[in-house]
Amino acid sequence: MISNAFGLIYTGEINPRLRDLTLSRAVAAVPFGGRYRCIDFILSNMVNTGVTCVGLITQKNYHSLMDHLGAGKEWDLRRKREGLFILPPFMTKENTGLYRGSVDAFRSCMGYVRRCTQQYVILTGSHTIFNTTFDEMYEQHVHTGADITILYNEENDFDPDEQNDDLRLLMDGTGRITEMELNPYRPRTNCRSCDVMIMDRLLLEYLVEEAFSRGEYEFTRDVLLKKCSSLKIYGCRYDGYVARLDSAANYFRHNMALLDPAVRADLFNPAHPVYTKVKDELSTRYGADASVKNAILADGCDIQGAVEDSVLFRGVTVGRGSTVKNSIIMQGVTIGDGCSLDHVVLDKGVTIRDGRTLIGYDSFPIILKKNTTV
Amino acid sequence: MKKKIVAMLLAGGQGSRLGALTSNMAKPAVPYGGKYRIIDFPLSNCVNSDIDTVGVLTQYRPLALNSYIGTGQHWDLDRLNGGVFVLPPYVTGSDGQWYSGTANAIYQNREFVDQYQPDYVLILSGDHIYKMNYSEMLRYHIRKEAAATIAVLPVPLEEAHRFGIMSTDAHGRITKFSEKPKHPESNNASMGIYIFNWPVLKAYMERDDRDPASEHDFGKNIIPAMLGADVPMYAYPFEGYWKDVGTVQSLWEANMDLLSEPPKIELNDPAWRIYSRNPVLPPHYVGLDAHITRSLVTEGGIVEGGVDHSVLFAGVQIGKGAEVTDSVVFPGAVIGENARVHKAIIGENARIGSGAVVGGPLREGEVVDNSLTGDITLVGNDICICNGAYLPCGTVATGACSEGGDEQ
Repeated sequence: MISNAFGLIYTGEINPRLRDLTLSRAVAAVPFGGRYRCIDFILSNMVNTGVTCVGLITQKNYHSLMDHLGAGKEWDLRRKREGLFILPPFMTKENTGLYRGSVDAFRSCMGYVRRCTQQYVILTGSHTIFNTTFDEMYEQHVHTGADITILYNEENDFDPDEQNDDLRLLMDGTGRITEMELNPYRPRTNCRSCDVMIMDRLLLEYLVEEAFSRGEYEFTRDVLLKKCSSLKIYGCRYDGYVARLDSAANYFRHNMALLDPAVRADLFNPAHPVYTKVKDELSTRYGADASVKNAILADGCDIQGAVEDSVLFRGVTVGRGSTVKNSIIMQGVTIGDGCSLDHVVLDKGVTIRDGRTLIGYDSFPIILKKNTTV
Repeated sequence: MKKKIVAMLLAGGQGSRLGALTSNMAKPAVPYGGKYRIIDFPLSNCVNSDIDTVGVLTQYRPLALNSYIGTGQHWDLDRLNGGVFVLPPYVTGSDGQWYSGTANAIYQNREFVDQYQPDYVLILSGDHIYKMNYSEMLRYHIRKEAAATIAVLPVPLEEAHRFGIMSTDAHGRITKFSEKPKHPESNNASMGIYIFNWPVLKAYMERDDRDPASEHDFGKNIIPAMLGADVPMYAYPFEGYWKDVGTVQSLWEANMDLLSEPPKIELNDPAWRIYSRNPVLPPHYVGLDAHITRSLVTEGGIVEGGVDHSVLFAGVQIGKGAEVTDSVVFPGAVIGENARVHKAIIGENARIGSGAVVGGPLREGEVVDNSLTGDITLVGNDICICNGAYLPCGTVATGACSEGGDEQ
């Protein structure tokens, strides 16, 4: 447990590769794994590490995110002292309201950063999903005397078409980072940043002010890459499962990975529970003709048909004689009778009328945006 | 701060007829319906009826109940003014005593109620499954200018002898009350839900407290005394699902009622949600060889075997090749591979070994004490049933087991 660090989560990432999933919401609010939102994992990691002061920087489309988080009660972050701070953009004489990049965003929340009493800041993005605590990383950071420590894992899948915020770390034998590559054409290493770093709060203040004074606004591109040799930056290896929701195909792949018991055991490790908003739904009801194989189902579903190799969120209805295969069906979707769905991602509140057929493909799942009716 | 109405929930019942299920918890803490505990129903009814001040009177094994209720945040009962309060019996100076009856429990907590200077007090019990709008009952009480209102439910006349039976005049005013009558005059059974004008109730409780012969019970003492004094008392007719879950048989039936098509009580009702404390668990997983029909399954479950016509609670695991039919499996229980479970209630965190049979037919010459259970097999909380063991129907398993034996 770490008591000497506070968290700062940047949710301003923009990723057109998530297609219709981020049409009306931030990446952080994208539903994942049957009953979660992307943000639940990083926030739970913070809470399970003992961090009780977490700032969350929002940029665009943050309504669904705020609706989800509320006062932070479900994450045990509604506290008298500290707790969850949501930091939306605002306009003043020196602040334009809209952030050009993460440096602008960090700068506008310096008031919050200065008020925190902890020495260290754990700085994260919001689209990377894994389940761990940051204790080891913190210990390594203190032990090596590093200026910045970045969490990374070994990522062996590489598809140049799906590349987004891909930060590669080249390290020497001691783990010190000697070179970084951002979105490389041909990566020279499989060590990829997990979008989590730890540093001294004062260093963050200095780096942000310095970058801003030079008119720079991307923290990774303009600060980390340029300071790679002048600062002591270390990598900290993480061996667990890491899901980066950086494209529609990856979104699909990582949801489906949950059907693997090893991935489930890692992401839903009972020692580090993943907290999320509670909806008080009834249990999932299976009808007399239901047939479900190899699937994950959240509460409140009503299953009368067949479901195979799929992830169903809360409150999904599958009608009689319908077949749902290799699909991700989000909260409150209604699938009528006699439908046939394969490789589809149905966003919240979609309605599929009786007898419809939709078939997508592995690398290009059909994504229907929120509240569509077919 | 003054409140119009305060609810007092009697949750001290031991529930001895539930046998091994209440060995370490009071009856209101017994699980029901996949996600709930019995006490979720009166608590959620209160919140949904805009009653925000609830005293919960505990006595028997209160730990499970106390930690379950916590600050009441899960029922939205952590309020600035009011909220939910757990009220155990207490000692003052050299005095102090256990709650000796339902009325005595309220009487001992009169100071709690007085803090809110309520006009009315609602008395509830923690052992029934039902959805009821108490504020409608209160409006009825006010409209009738009653001093006491008792909710009643029509029951089949042949079963009326098991209940407190009300006779009423044409306006609904109660003319006669008989507790478990041999020859019932009507089929209006008391549901154990009362609204009293608080000053009237307080006066009667004080008088009753001085009577050493009294059992300090609402049904046996307070109501008859009020009736004798011609206090205006009205019966509030309730229609809908109402189930006492005081016995193993009725608890099992109440769970099965959720599986009928359509369910006898609709819990998936956005306008009248039943709230409960949520375990922090991932969605349930259904394996490649699983088949689930006519059942309720909830978060944290891992089902690899067959489940038909059953209710599985949070974190239940069903092994490969296992068959669970007509059963209720409480939170955290594990059913081993190839085990057979039929018409059983499996207690919290119980373990059924692989290949074991729970609820099999009686073998020749076998005698089972099934006075509590009928033909339902009961495996107590935290009990481990060995691999290959055989439990004939009606058994109550409460002890450690021996290989292949019938353990008691």
